[in-house]
Amino acid sequence: MVERRPLATALSHLVLVLGVLIIAFPIYLTFIASTHTAREIAQQAPMSLLPGDNIAQSYNLALFGGQTDNGARTPPVAPMLWISLVSALVISIGKIAISLLSAFAVVYFRFPLRNLVFWMIFVTLMLPVEVRILPTYKVVSDLGMLNTYAGLTVPLIASATATFLFRQFFLTVPDELVEAARIDGAGPMRFFWDVLLPLSRTSIAALFVIQFIYGWNQYLWPLLVTTTEDMAPIVMGIKRMISGGGDAAIDWNVVMATAILAMLPPAVVVVLMQRWFVKGLVDTEK
Amino acid sequence: MGAIALRNVEKTYGHGPKAVKVIYGVNAEIPDGEFIVIVGPSGCGKSTLLRMVAGLEEITAGEIDIGGRVVNKLEPSERDIAMVFQNYALYPHMSVYDNMAYGLKIAKVPKAEIEVRVQKAAKILELGGLLDRKPRQLSGGQRQRVAMGRAIVRQPQVFLFDEPLSNLDAKLRAQTRLEIRKLHHELGVTSLFVTHDQVEAMTLAERMIVMNAGRIEQIGTPEQVYQKPATTFVAGFIGSPPMNLLHGQADGSRFTVGGQALQLPAAAPRAGPLLLGVRPEHADLNPAGAWPLRVEMLEMLGAERLVYGRLGDAAFTLRIEGTLVPPQAGDTVKVLVTPEHMHWYDPGTGQRV
Repeated sequence: MVERRPLATALSHLVLVLGVLIIAFPIYLTFIASTHTAREIAQQAPMSLLPGDNIAQSYNLALFGGQTDNGARTPPVAPMLWISLVSALVISIGKIAISLLSAFAVVYFRFPLRNLVFWMIFVTLMLPVEVRILPTYKVVSDLGMLNTYAGLTVPLIASATATFLFRQFFLTVPDELVEAARIDGAGPMRFFWDVLLPLSRTSIAALFVIQFIYGWNQYLWPLLVTTTEDMAPIVMGIKRMISGGGDAAIDWNVVMATAILAMLPPAVVVVLMQRWFVKGLVDTEK
Repeated sequence: MGAIALRNVEKTYGHGPKAVKVIYGVNAEIPDGEFIVIVGPSGCGKSTLLRMVAGLEEITAGEIDIGGRVVNKLEPSERDIAMVFQNYALYPHMSVYDNMAYGLKIAKVPKAEIEVRVQKAAKILELGGLLDRKPRQLSGGQRQRVAMGRAIVRQPQVFLFDEPLSNLDAKLRAQTRLEIRKLHHELGVTSLFVTHDQVEAMTLAERMIVMNAGRIEQIGTPEQVYQKPATTFVAGFIGSPPMNLLHGQADGSRFTVGGQALQLPAAAPRAGPLLLGVRPEHADLNPAGAWPLRVEMLEMLGAERLVYGRLGDAAFTLRIEGTLVPPQAGDTVKVLVTPEHMHWYDPGTGQRV
């Protein structure tokens, strides 16, 4: 694509700029709203597009809870962030660990019904959480895991997608590497740690980003397995804040501050891991 | 100590009616310190045989003995061997140093000892300045040397080479060939080298094993294999262009090929149907010759020239000096062959008569 057509260039830039605006503007609006007081937001219609001076108070209120301008009590968001963070980390790390091991087993070991096992894992791709949510709920509840971190995370850890991804990656690792390791005297787990894992680094990073966001954004499942407020992740917290009373009774500045807080960790993960992606793309090792 | 013995070694893939036999009762004795090249066309089982010695393939039947120890049931790492792979199989994420040290680390060799061995190997292979590099930062030839370094540091009884030069370009291949010979001269370790390239086989081997279709056709020094090919397969495989093989009827000192009677300088070993082999480089254009060759085509190779033609209805090639005035296509010329350059084979078994 080395053609020089000024019109085409201008047009493609226009499309890109429009796209960025469409995605960025709501986020900007959310941020602006979080810097005003609840009263300013309620009274000015349309809302000012310039930042207000209530930013410290809004975020303080959102993070640690307290008495709002409307006189209502708002719960602190900090513990919810913590719960979301722990769940997302456990889900993503657990998924990666289990998928790596199961892909390792399926690719490198000859055991009876190996193909059947692989296809059984593969078929579960067709069954997303929502489809099996009721039986899963029953199991979790019978095991007494409601309102626990285990209840929030364990049922979401098994992942056919990740297993499949690692299987495909392992299949591209040359057989000679396995043989060289055998001659060097590396047993299967040694080979896994010393050779396979370092080679999978970039896939692991990619999967971590995807799974962290997946875990962070879980809504339906936490809604079912948490009944007490102290185990609610942040996504549920936002919903709870806007569910009571009319428009005037809602502290929009706190809600928007919470929304921004909820967006930050996944954004941080993406930004940090993006470096790994680039690194992974530059040194194609194999 | 590093002698290898193969006793009736067989390899079959699969079971029952779908079983495929790829190695048929191979026997060979390789004394300590010898450089043996296994050569044969693709699919002849040479790599499989090497991998059975390495322990990467199971042995279906027979015994493999390394250094006086039957190794059939031993893991590759316990056989005291080292292998160099065709695509080098270096660990991509490890530095050159770590690649060479990895096996020793697993074997729990003390760090200081590892350092000494790796540095020594690096010196022999001229890898000194590259120890911190990753394999991807090396050229093909350098990777090849790292792969050999990884084999050397293990100080094994036997080196196994699985077509290690195939991924190099022609110039580097010739150079690496020399280095391997030098290395073998210095270290004196028993080596098994698999290749499909007859030039590699001829130049590297102290003795060579010519394989075809899962069987050994001939074991011998390069001279023996070239001068006295044991079977028609070896005759056709070693030498370029391959040996001319003429089907005909022998009767005393007359040999009839497709209606054309050829006068032999010496009597055939027996009467009846026989195969006569003559290497292109051992047949001369000479007016004193008794065989009339109808020239069909010529090829100039620089130092020499190939003359393609027919003796009766049989194709016959000969190689002449490039400086000679060549015959023209369509000419009939006389070909002279001396008795010591005639090879006789049984047309049924392909064995030398």
